[in-house]
Amino acid sequence: MVSAATVPLTREASSPVGIRAQIRGVSHHYPTPGGGLLHVLDDVTFTVEPGECVALLGPSGCGKSTLLRLLAGLEQPGRGKIGADGVRIVGPDPSRLLVFQDPTLYPWRTVRQNVGLGLEARGIADRARRVDEVLHLVGLDGFADAYPNQLSGGMAQRAALARVLVNDPRLLLLDEPLGKLDALTRMTMQAELLRLWQNAGFTTLLVTHDVEEALLLAQRVLVFTPRPARIAASFEVGLDYPRHRDDRHFVELRRRILEVVGHSDIL
Amino acid sequence: MNDIAHYAPDLPAIAAADRQAAREAPPFWTTGAVAATVWLAGSAINYHWPDLSPWARTPLLAMAQGALGVLLLGAAIFGGRTRQVRYFHPAGRWLVALGALLTVWVVLTAKTALLPLPFFPPPQSILEVYTDDYARLLESLWYSAWLLVPGFVAGALAGFGAGVAIGWSRTVHYWGHPILRIVGPLPATAWLPVAFFFFPSANSASIFLIALSTGFPVAVLTASGISGVNSAYYDIARTLGANERFLIARIAIPAALPSVFVGLFMGLGASFAVLIVAEMMGVKAGLGFYLQWAQGWAAYANLYGVLILMALLFSGLISLLFLVRDRVLAWQKELVRW
Repeated sequence: MVSAATVPLTREASSPVGIRAQIRGVSHHYPTPGGGLLHVLDDVTFTVEPGECVALLGPSGCGKSTLLRLLAGLEQPGRGKIGADGVRIVGPDPSRLLVFQDPTLYPWRTVRQNVGLGLEARGIADRARRVDEVLHLVGLDGFADAYPNQLSGGMAQRAALARVLVNDPRLLLLDEPLGKLDALTRMTMQAELLRLWQNAGFTTLLVTHDVEEALLLAQRVLVFTPRPARIAASFEVGLDYPRHRDDRHFVELRRRILEVVGHSDIL
Repeated sequence: MNDIAHYAPDLPAIAAADRQAAREAPPFWTTGAVAATVWLAGSAINYHWPDLSPWARTPLLAMAQGALGVLLLGAAIFGGRTRQVRYFHPAGRWLVALGALLTVWVVLTAKTALLPLPFFPPPQSILEVYTDDYARLLESLWYSAWLLVPGFVAGALAGFGAGVAIGWSRTVHYWGHPILRIVGPLPATAWLPVAFFFFPSANSASIFLIALSTGFPVAVLTASGISGVNSAYYDIARTLGANERFLIARIAIPAALPSVFVGLFMGLGASFAVLIVAEMMGVKAGLGFYLQWAQGWAAYANLYGVLILMALLFSGLISLLFLVRDRVLAWQKELVRW
């Protein structure tokens, strides 16, 4: 038995940076233009521990992105419960932030104004220093006053990342964030995402189509079935960082995941 | 990230290259010299070839032609290196053509009357309109401005407000959009008889009609701009903590601005039409009224004079609008050039 007096009450001990994300029996559907219903999620249940990085793999259009939208609080699930640290999610909050495949920067705002938007929206006046710090963190020093159409794809995605990081998110929802980048930029950014996650300690959910990306970054990989999405398999990766693509366990895990993904259409 | 740190353009080097290019530019501006010759020749023809029936402003026009010719000659010989002169280089062929055209016009009218009066007044008679009737022209300009500016500003503001409301709110869209669709396409000039009846003065009626003609395209394009905004823009802003006011003011409106400016451009064009018609029909002052008056007296020189003035004025106003747009939308590549 350890008394409170002997344990230093650091932030890590009392309240971890990362959120515990809970998905309990969640089903969801969208109305179709023809008047029918598109069933996208079917009784999905899993928990992401504080500070954990979990990858969601599955065929496109299966409903993984919907799951992220639900966690962001942009929509309410048709059935089931979505919670953060045991509290039901009823709306968006700057502690749970999304990054899309498309950087979706506001083209009329400079990089600085884009990155500072969250602080501006919440009425925080002293933004410049914090924005500069985060721009430095993602390697965009010197680009604060550029407009989005002056940036390359990789730089734009860095700016989009900075725009969420500046708010100190506790849950980062990445929806194929590197999907549109060229192979080299993607590899660099994978390493940087890993570094950011390891340093900041937020919980991360990463939707991706790339099995290697999932294995490079995530501690756990959830494989989904085609629509309506159910969890087909869960893999604990259990490898030390940084991981190597030619590592024996890495290759073995990739083979097993691809087996599930390859057969998931008949599951 | 070293490759990225080198992004900043090397301004001193660019400036040095500019100076170098200026030194290497041919000192003699050939097209300018041709233009100078054409204008000087035109001046000589106009001055020495007697008019069929003397026009009071022939010497003044000849002098103006000559002055422009001398100016062009100076620029061609001495100014080839200065930035001010190089600014006019692209206009070189136009300067040649205009000088020639003016001379042909002078010869066909004042000198030979191959193009008969009163329908084809010589340029010296139009110049006479400006030198002798400038007070009435300025007065007309002033009266027109007093209809156009308040009408356009009121219409633009009302149209913008209506457009934002229709584009943002489902309820306002439900009630407002059908009205806009049915009533909007009516030309504002069709309201003229009704407006003159309902408003206390022809002036206030005209301002209302100009506002109406401006407001309709601005409202339609603002609304469609707002409802066309990428929904991901809203999703991201909402997660970042934006409330509805922030979404409208900082996301919806800036995103719709390119479309709003198209509406303002269309509205400005429509407002010119209404201005002139309103002044011809009811208001007893302004450029449209001057036009009407000139036609009534078969004063064709005055007619052309005021037409030229109107063309310059309206073109200037549209250029001004595009200048404002380019400032406001500096982040965007130009869509419509003027």
